[in-house]
Amino acid sequence: MRLYALAVYAFLYLPIGIIALFSFSAGRNASQMQGFSTQWYGRALSNPFVIDALKTSAGIALTSAVLASVFGTLAALALSGMKGRWRALFDALIYIAVMIPGIVIGIATLIALVTVFNALNPWLAAATGWQLSMGAGSLVAAHGLFTMSLVIILVRARIEGMDRALIEASSDLGAGPLATFRQVTLPLLAPAILAGFLLSFTFSFDDFIIAFFVAGSETTLPIYIFSSIRRGVTPEINAIGTMVMAASLLMLVIAQLTLRRGGTPKDQ
Amino acid sequence: MAISQRAARALLLGPAGLWYAGLLVLPLVVVLVYSFGERGAAGGYAPAFTFAQYANLGARWTAFQNTLLLAPAGTLAALLIAYPLAYFLAVRVRERWRTLLLVLVIVPFWTSILIRSYAWIFLLGGRGIPHLLAELGMGDIRLINTPFAVLVGIVYGYLPLMVFPIYVSLEKLDKRLLEAAGDLGAPPWRSFLQITLPLSLPGVATGSMLVFILLMGEYLIPQMLGGGKVFFVGNALVDLFLQSRNWAFGSAMSVTLVAVMLVTVTLYMRFLKRIGAARDDVGLM
Repeated sequence: MRLYALAVYAFLYLPIGIIALFSFSAGRNASQMQGFSTQWYGRALSNPFVIDALKTSAGIALTSAVLASVFGTLAALALSGMKGRWRALFDALIYIAVMIPGIVIGIATLIALVTVFNALNPWLAAATGWQLSMGAGSLVAAHGLFTMSLVIILVRARIEGMDRALIEASSDLGAGPLATFRQVTLPLLAPAILAGFLLSFTFSFDDFIIAFFVAGSETTLPIYIFSSIRRGVTPEINAIGTMVMAASLLMLVIAQLTLRRGGTPKDQ
Repeated sequence: MAISQRAARALLLGPAGLWYAGLLVLPLVVVLVYSFGERGAAGGYAPAFTFAQYANLGARWTAFQNTLLLAPAGTLAALLIAYPLAYFLAVRVRERWRTLLLVLVIVPFWTSILIRSYAWIFLLGGRGIPHLLAELGMGDIRLINTPFAVLVGIVYGYLPLMVFPIYVSLEKLDKRLLEAAGDLGAPPWRSFLQITLPLSLPGVATGSMLVFILLMGEYLIPQMLGGGKVFFVGNALVDLFLQSRNWAFGSAMSVTLVAVMLVTVTLYMRFLKRIGAARDDVGLM
């Protein structure tokens, strides 16, 4: 049994480990380990295409994660005490947003936005000389849709596990609703919001399939990596891949620690 | 008070509501409408009302066939590998190691699937495992760009998602039931079959459904490890929207994909209800 578990862990981590190992190879050949060097990291980090893609990905991940966290938290606050039609409607929307395959979300967003843009652009161009196109905006919008749903689910679970007596005590002691929110509710929800933010960032940063459809002329890091792999396996991709994995790992560790620190809500 | 509370709620829900309306509801409606249209002369979409796109789905039948064959096969393979591990973690491992080992299973799921699939191009490619096998005298074996490679990629990519729900349901299992069965003279295999397995079915159901749903829309794994030979519906969709620009047909295919997914999941849930394994709500973290 223990041996079996060990084998599964090896299966999970060996491929990643091999990528990381080969990224330190000194040779040009991606599939042979020759000596040790960090030259491929240097190459990757001085490649302007990589840096541009990295900046694009980080900017989009940051923007969509901030918007998703703010709007998701607001929605979760409103939904937590709600019943009836509207609650059911939002539950259905959240469920659909999480369940529909990413590829269908990407396609639907692409054709809907292109249709809307084509309808608006002649008018916009005449009025302002400026036109709408697919790009950073559509990436943020499509990523935020999925991650906002993630934030709502996480924050709502936290609200439902929260001790209501604290809020009642606060208003009994004469605090207004805003003061109660700032001094009691928000600090209690902070770990879930932060975890939601970090997961949103990681999702957006790693997403390939939605971006593939809605990125327009932008190149995100996963899109860059995908097209380089098509051109052939190089040690430089190993180095980029290792760095991307390390970044996601870091985010995850922080997300886990923040969720832990606040204690886990009852139902998780 | 009641009115101001409603206004506050509307304000709080406003941005999220607009986001869902503009980027979820509207796009899905557009896909549905376009699926009854025609391909524009220069690609894209031309308005029409016809069932021609749906009637033509047979042209991409292989993609559906591959998806409906390899998605369940991949789910089953992941389940068979995940179950013993989840059992080991929930029943055999000491408390203080448990969290760490569980986190180690889940961590890969939250890192880039692109790079994890790429690792297997590396391993299954000519200079990877086949090279090693050839040195061992196993002859010339090709692994990359085969259904096997796609299955390996699937199991590798989705194993964490399968382990976690099964672990949760096994962990909740009352160990005293197993002791009682032992005291009453049941051999271990029998208490496993009659107690552990049935009680862990909700986890098995949740895990299988999560993996299956994600696999139905898979693109990257068959693209990277199947090399255009083993293609899924997702690969056909990318071709239709990004290469041949046939939006109407692509829309009909997307609608069909979601419909097939919904039908399969509903049938599966009904089947589970019949055998008495209600779904557990399990988060991904």
